[in-house]
Amino acid sequence: MNVEILARLQFAFTTFFHYIFPPISIGLGLMLVVMEGAWLRTGNEMYKRMAHFWVKVFALVFGIGVASGIVLEFEFGTNWATYSRYVGDIFGSALAAEGVFAFFLESGFLAILVFGWHKVTPKWHFFSTCMVALGSTFSAVWIVVANSWMQTPAGFKIVGEGTTARAEITDFWAMVFNPSTVDRLSHTVVGAWITGAMLVVSVSAYYVLKNRHLDIAKAGLKMGLVFALVSCGLQIWLGHQSAIGVAKNQPSKFAAMEGHYDSDKPIDLTVLGAVDEQNGRVSGLTLPGLGSTLMGGPDVRATGLTDIPARDRPPVQLTFQMYHLMVFLGVALTLLVVVANVLLATGKLWTNRAVLGMLVGAVVVPHVCNQAGWIGAEVGRQPWIVFNLLRTSDALSKVVTAEHVLASLVMFIVLYALLGALFVYLLNKRIQEGPEDATWPENPTLDDPTGSVKEPLLSEAKR
Amino acid sequence: MFGSLDLATIWFLIVGVLLTGYAILDGFDLGVGMLLPFTKTDQDRRLMLNSIGPVWDGNEVWLLVGGGALFAAFPDVYATVFSGFYIPFMLLLACLIFRAVAIEFRSKEPGAWWRNFWDWSFSIASYLIALLMGVALSNIAMGLPLRPDKEYGGGFWNLFHPHSLVLGLTTIALFMMHGSIYAVMKTDGELNTAMRRLSKSAMIFFGVTYGLLTIVTMVFAPHMADKIRELPWLFVLPLIGFLAIANVPREMTRNREGAAFVSSSVAIGTLLGLFGLGIYPNLVPSMPNPELSLTIRNAVASQKTLETMTVIAVIGVPFVLAYTIAIYRVFRGKVDPAHMHY
Repeated sequence: MNVEILARLQFAFTTFFHYIFPPISIGLGLMLVVMEGAWLRTGNEMYKRMAHFWVKVFALVFGIGVASGIVLEFEFGTNWATYSRYVGDIFGSALAAEGVFAFFLESGFLAILVFGWHKVTPKWHFFSTCMVALGSTFSAVWIVVANSWMQTPAGFKIVGEGTTARAEITDFWAMVFNPSTVDRLSHTVVGAWITGAMLVVSVSAYYVLKNRHLDIAKAGLKMGLVFALVSCGLQIWLGHQSAIGVAKNQPSKFAAMEGHYDSDKPIDLTVLGAVDEQNGRVSGLTLPGLGSTLMGGPDVRATGLTDIPARDRPPVQLTFQMYHLMVFLGVALTLLVVVANVLLATGKLWTNRAVLGMLVGAVVVPHVCNQAGWIGAEVGRQPWIVFNLLRTSDALSKVVTAEHVLASLVMFIVLYALLGALFVYLLNKRIQEGPEDATWPENPTLDDPTGSVKEPLLSEAKR
Repeated sequence: MFGSLDLATIWFLIVGVLLTGYAILDGFDLGVGMLLPFTKTDQDRRLMLNSIGPVWDGNEVWLLVGGGALFAAFPDVYATVFSGFYIPFMLLLACLIFRAVAIEFRSKEPGAWWRNFWDWSFSIASYLIALLMGVALSNIAMGLPLRPDKEYGGGFWNLFHPHSLVLGLTTIALFMMHGSIYAVMKTDGELNTAMRRLSKSAMIFFGVTYGLLTIVTMVFAPHMADKIRELPWLFVLPLIGFLAIANVPREMTRNREGAAFVSSSVAIGTLLGLFGLGIYPNLVPSMPNPELSLTIRNAVASQKTLETMTVIAVIGVPFVLAYTIAIYRVFRGKVDPAHMHY
């Protein structure tokens, strides 16, 4: 295999592994704010036990997220040195902003969140929770800004020629608010909210089914389901906005997403199918012309793949399938969340074991959507690393050989397989242990950072 | 916006300050990791890990931000060094991952083999990180074989030579000393006595390697002292470094470990300051063709980007410093065995 394929595989694999964790941090971070807010407002200790349990899960997720995130920052330089020289002037400032405004904020206040229960007042702790949630959202902001610039470059000029050419910033705010930033950032962050909410929903539904920790489980399930309902509703609209944006700004990606070949024909909407790349058509369950209707009216047309030179086309099948997988599962999840909310409102959820069971399993659905969405977005941008400016094949490190990349790829696969297995094992263990029950904190243990009986600060929260 | 200010030099300093901040902060938690095998009981190791628990990942962010600032301000340096040092940087990443995971996982299971495995992972990773950083700094000080297209022209084994090995060893010794002082500050009772004893050995270890480093630098990289020969008043810098180093054992024998910690921090700062002074205005000196060096002029980002980032830094850094200090204050004092996370 050549360096390009290996370097792309390595970046895809390390990003895939990393991106399991940040959406949980972002979504769960916001849920923690709600939980601790409820504790402070009502003085109900149940919310504190709930928050305390989820902070432990958060810490586990965050630790692996940081470690796997450093890899990505380094890989720009190690594997994509030519790209780094080309975009450093633009990408670098977004990355630096991310460090100053996001990473310091989350990692600093996380200390208080995890280790500070008995060191600071509840209000201070709540403030720290807010800062961690804010920090993890900020980190999404800057990295998605940088990635969106790669999709729809703006606010720059090209200086130099040939091998020494590079993009230089001319307008910082035009770079930050490039044409796809708002669509893609909101779509990403709301996807993270759904991921966090569904984690809380899934674990809570599991406890209800097992008849354990019922007070916390029911409260968590309510909180998570309402949160998921709002987020899913918002996400469908945001996803639609994103698709319109892609059609406008990246016609080649849009054509691949929809499997759209003929510029003169209306855009079809395929529910389930496959692209026949040889004959330039899509077979499967297709609703003729509905794509055009959704994009604004039956007369709307979009550039078809036949009008895009072969060397500028992205891989069609993969982009198409990933996009459809994301939409299909996203809609299915939304339906499940709606049904569960109706059952919740009518008081029938607690006895409906089938729906509760589906909610337990639904925890993986947002993750599949997140990954599929990113694969669609990144593969759909090919063959460009910076859309219409720099080809992926021209962006590699010149001095790094295929053997080097293969060795590091194998290292990451082994390391991450080990990590992933341990993460699932420990997460499951944490869930099986569950939150402390109502008798807590009368039987503190050594491992329990909040196991202090003589806690003078607890009483303040009740006032 | 910034008139005739030399922003390239300012960003040379900012990147240096960030990496120095990393060395001072992560230096002590790397040092604590190196000292783990010298402890007797599981409870001792838990106390050690919990002493760095609240702060280690915040410390590591300094490396992340330092790397980001280098990417932004000097993209060519970031690209050349990171791709040129491919194998050592992949090793460094593996070590950083192992450390992050080991500290999080080790207390989640009671089994001895489980805890031993993660404790050794944590410790070995801590040694290797310090060694790799020393080796990388040495190679930059000596100059890299750069090609006319700004790429690194050497191989992996070129990175190892007497100077880089001595600097790697010195970095290990320095962080061990730094970490042992931190451990003395954070522990009580028998563990405290043991750490106090270890800090003496670490100080001797560092004294020896530092002497060795001075000799090999005179032999292999005498150009690092050129600026001090030209401008003798700069001799103040190595003098401060020497006094700070000498002050460490003085404060430790008087049981003022807080002052000793400040001294060893100053020592780290001046050593890296001397490094920066030695290479300026180069970021990556080129040997044997000095005209191919990456400098603050030919490897720098655009003026517009430097201005933008200066604004970001001016807005953001005061907040970062304020809450970092506040958080360190929250966790000041000895580790409380009743409240441990790991």
